[in-house]
Amino acid sequence: MARMKFLCDADRCIECNACVTACKNEHEVPWGINRRRVVTINDGKPGERSISMACMHCTDAPCAAVCPVNCFYTTADGVVLHSKDLCIGCGYCFYACPFGAPQYPKVGNFGSRGKMDKCTFCAGGPEADGSKAEYEKYGANRLTEGKLPLCAEMCSTKSLLAGDGEIIAQIYKERVMKRGYGSGAWGWKTAYRETIES
Amino acid sequence: MASLARYIRLGLGTWLLALMITASMPSAAQQVNPTASAVKEQQLLQELNRIQGRVSIPDQRSGVLEQPAGREWREFRNVTLRWVGGIAILGMLVVLVVFYLTRGMVQIQHGRSGRTIVRFGAFERFVHWMTATCFIILAVSGLNITFGRPLLLPLIGHEAFSAWSQWAKYAHNYLSFPFTIGVVLIFLMWLGGNIPNRVDVEWIRRGGGIVGNDHPPAYRFNAGQKAVYWIVVIGGAAVATSGYALMLPFYLSGIEGMQIAAVVHAIVAVLFVAVMLAHIYIGTIGMEGAFEAMGSGVVDVNWAKEHHSLWLEEEEARAAANDARPKPAATAAE
Repeated sequence: MARMKFLCDADRCIECNACVTACKNEHEVPWGINRRRVVTINDGKPGERSISMACMHCTDAPCAAVCPVNCFYTTADGVVLHSKDLCIGCGYCFYACPFGAPQYPKVGNFGSRGKMDKCTFCAGGPEADGSKAEYEKYGANRLTEGKLPLCAEMCSTKSLLAGDGEIIAQIYKERVMKRGYGSGAWGWKTAYRETIES
Repeated sequence: MASLARYIRLGLGTWLLALMITASMPSAAQQVNPTASAVKEQQLLQELNRIQGRVSIPDQRSGVLEQPAGREWREFRNVTLRWVGGIAILGMLVVLVVFYLTRGMVQIQHGRSGRTIVRFGAFERFVHWMTATCFIILAVSGLNITFGRPLLLPLIGHEAFSAWSQWAKYAHNYLSFPFTIGVVLIFLMWLGGNIPNRVDVEWIRRGGGIVGNDHPPAYRFNAGQKAVYWIVVIGGAAVATSGYALMLPFYLSGIEGMQIAAVVHAIVAVLFVAVMLAHIYIGTIGMEGAFEAMGSGVVDVNWAKEHHSLWLEEEEARAAANDARPKPAATAAE
């Protein structure tokens, strides 16, 4: 089985935010919630880099470890998903997540957290694959259709890579070798306890 | 001649141009080297322990790219807190059981006199029980967040546990308001009787009469009760403040502040629960005649004599003064 991962080649990202828009549109993510975002480091200074970030689908995911109701599960592809039926919207996964991935609609009492929403690697949720209920809660399930996450599929500079960890690591390594530099696989050490030497 | 001079001029001009170009070359070369000052993830994390940048979406808080501090928070929540909470609460229960088995219920030594004296008025009792009821529900729903997953979830299953936890969370959020009001009222209402004084030193020196049949003198509140009062006031303020910071995310602080708030909230809360177990014990099965103070509001005079001798003297002096003095005439309307 493939171990699905994201990799953002920061030396290629042009901060066009198309991945953000693609994600919002594909999954009909409500207003105020961003499953993916582009962060620019050293904005306007030498060495500026932009990184597209969403849930990294960590190995030994911190969100799953701290969840008081144990609503997370990891699929055979290494994708970290959760059940919105079980989620109570306590916000603990947000405190533990290194990447700020969990998002909460402001529907709880006093405008506090509703049920958590995050990137699903376009793999839906616990409901039947491709069902209406799954789409309404988690968005499209592209993985069952044999497609990869839309954010990466439509990235104009092919900066954002999604897919089998070994394959995307290989692609990134070849790029770094060819052009002679690379700012690294952002977040990999934190998420997967490994990094791509470049 | 003229043509030679032209050649020299041309040669000199070419040489000067070449000099100018070579002089400007190094800086031009630097600008096209993209690796020269590219930010590296590891370097940023080592320097700041957090990577933050600019985002163009409206949610500016999502500018935090990475915050590995979540790992320490995870360790606290899943390991440290469970040990601290477990030891504090189970430890207190063990101490109370052992104490009850050895000491038993503290009896009113001289028996009941049959005469009673008012200790807590209706408003005071209302505030106490409002706060106490909220506290118990807050404690149970809070402990569920920490200990529910390993202890209760395997017993009742995912659906039932989530449904219960959802209601527990609502209760926890809503009841925080009457609890906070209760703590504020307790603070104002009983502040006068809870200022530490010299009598407390004597009370503590004699161990509060916990062992043996000693009854050190005390005013309305003895040193032990004053300790409970200040724990409720200070602990209550701490859990309320940190709790609201968690309930209303990002209103008071960013992610680092909320992590600290969660740590403070959890630690203070488990210690608070442990202390309140002792308070409940001494107010119920631990001491004869104590529950009535908050139950009916009146206590037996002999109980008051043994546990709050100076307070009883004060009350009796006041009553005597009131009796001796003729009732003042109705004051004229202004």
